[in-house]
Amino acid sequence: MTLHPTRRNFLRSSAAIASATLFPLPALAQAAPRVIVVGGGFGGATVARQIKAIDPKFHVTLVESSATFTACPLSNAVIGGLRDLKAQQFGYDKVRAAGVNVVIGTAIGVNTGSRTVRLTDATLPYDRLVLAPGIDIRWDGLPGYNEAASAKMPHAWRAGDQTTLLRSQLEAMEDGGLVVMSAPANPFRCPPGPYERASLIAHYLKTKKPKSKLIVLDAKDQFSKQRLFQNAWKELYPDHLEWVSLSSGGKVTSVDPATNTLTTEFGKHVAKVANVIPPQKAGRIADLAGVTNQTGWVPIDPMTFESRQIPGIHVIGDATIAGAMPKSAFAANSQGKACAAAVAKLLTGAKPPEPKLINTCYSLVAPDYGISVAGVYVPANGMLAEVQGSGGVSPLDAPRDVRVTEATYAEAWFRTITSEVFG
Amino acid sequence: MKALSAIAVAALVIYPGVVLAASDAPPGAASCSGCHATNAAVESPVPRIHGRNANEIVTAMAAFRTGALPSTVMGRIAKGFTDEEMHPIAAWLAAQK
Ligand SMILES: Cc1cc2nc3c(=O)[nH]c(=O)nc-3n(C[C@H](O)[C@H](O)[C@H](O)COP(=O)(O)OP(=O)(O)OC[C@H]3O[C@@H](n4cnc5c(N)ncnc54)[C@H](O)[C@@H]3O)c2cc1C
Repeated sequence: MTLHPTRRNFLRSSAAIASATLFPLPALAQAAPRVIVVGGGFGGATVARQIKAIDPKFHVTLVESSATFTACPLSNAVIGGLRDLKAQQFGYDKVRAAGVNVVIGTAIGVNTGSRTVRLTDATLPYDRLVLAPGIDIRWDGLPGYNEAASAKMPHAWRAGDQTTLLRSQLEAMEDGGLVVMSAPANPFRCPPGPYERASLIAHYLKTKKPKSKLIVLDAKDQFSKQRLFQNAWKELYPDHLEWVSLSSGGKVTSVDPATNTLTTEFGKHVAKVANVIPPQKAGRIADLAGVTNQTGWVPIDPMTFESRQIPGIHVIGDATIAGAMPKSAFAANSQGKACAAAVAKLLTGAKPPEPKLINTCYSLVAPDYGISVAGVYVPANGMLAEVQGSGGVSPLDAPRDVRVTEATYAEAWFRTITSEVFG
Repeated sequence: MKALSAIAVAALVIYPGVVLAASDAPPGAASCSGCHATNAAVESPVPRIHGRNANEIVTAMAAFRTGALPSTVMGRIAKGFTDEEMHPIAAWLAAQK
């Protein structure tokens, strides 16, 4: 089921010798384990570099569709006019320099029998495969919303052209225009993301288009960092941001891109600018590989991030069902490190260590107003669970200088993590 | 403690390079570099902890946990780690460049 027997025996004995001497053996070219990572985002680029750093003899190939990665964290500041999209973009030169074979192309299939990944123009063999494809939009998840509709009503939930489109629509809108955003039910990428975006759009309206207003239509009654956001909104944006909860009729049931209309059970909202954040699922390659379940997300073993459904395939980041761990870039990075340690052990026949993971997510409510959520996670009952008594959000009663400090930490975090992953 | 830092030093000798290898990092240790930069070129108000004295790290985490040392997020994270868990983590961090 796992490795080819002769290979497994070879790996077992080489592992034994390696651990006896504490030095890796000189690699035998044909026997060096091959790892393929699909997806070069926060999770995938991390796991690829980490596996290579653990032992340079591993052959690590990273398959990524785009030569330039555009990061989502802080992309809400681009939408709010506070930041240039270029500051979100990273290439793969440093990942290559770290010894990872970076292939720009899209994985379109996985043969779990022959252990190969298919690209449009190549087939690559693996001993262990790591999928880190992030999310795909569920194009059938909201009546009226499809790929064509997203050119009119951007989701901007994968950063890039969509981010620029939403920004330019806001810029082009006349003062007095109505902006409407819809937020999906759980689970979705970046639980506090819609509310950070709502804040920074409201900040833009308040400072540049004060007769305008943002309405957030939500499919939920509760959301991440809720009290912190709502307190800040009351203080900063009382005239510019209205949040409509599920029980107040906030759930959007259909959209019409021709008229820029969002329909809820309670009525219709015609927007000048509409930002539809639709339901999501694991990136398509996870489906093609057969690792998703009926939810559209990927069940994993929290010890190793190996798929519960197909051995030899590990999955990290947004695509996974990670228990209490949110879908964040910090989490994907933390999981990438834990997964790399597990994969390296498994490839040499050793027992993977029990991981402990951390998440910290900052949100900007205004350029100088930051809030955070943090958590520490361990495997428990087959899931990742928060360590009792740890974690939580910024204090509700923190003085303003703490909010200023957390805003500077938000940007410092982005510089730090992108330097670790791409720099 | 001694044995632990010896292992950490050995790990450093085996795996040099800019990216800190997660292999044999004690549980949780690899996550720190998400906020605490290892790259000297990164501008950040968040203190560097890689290469720092292990005792200092353990003491700081204990003080974050009780609130004796005020913090924004570190108190919340420190509550997820016991002193016993912190010793090997601190030794590993201390052994990184
Ligand atoms: C508006 C917004 C704000 C956010 N803010 C924060 C924040 O402040 N902090 C935070 O921690 N997180 C934040 N996030 C969440 C964060 O962006 C994601 O959690 C993170 O990107 C997940 O990492 P990942 O590796 O799973 O996926 P991604 O980073 O999306 O990477 C997936 C990669 O896989 C590639 N790919 C997919 N399929 C294939 C294929 N078949 N072949 C080749 N390549 C493929 C894609 O091109 C992509 O580059 C935010 C998200 C949004 C939308």
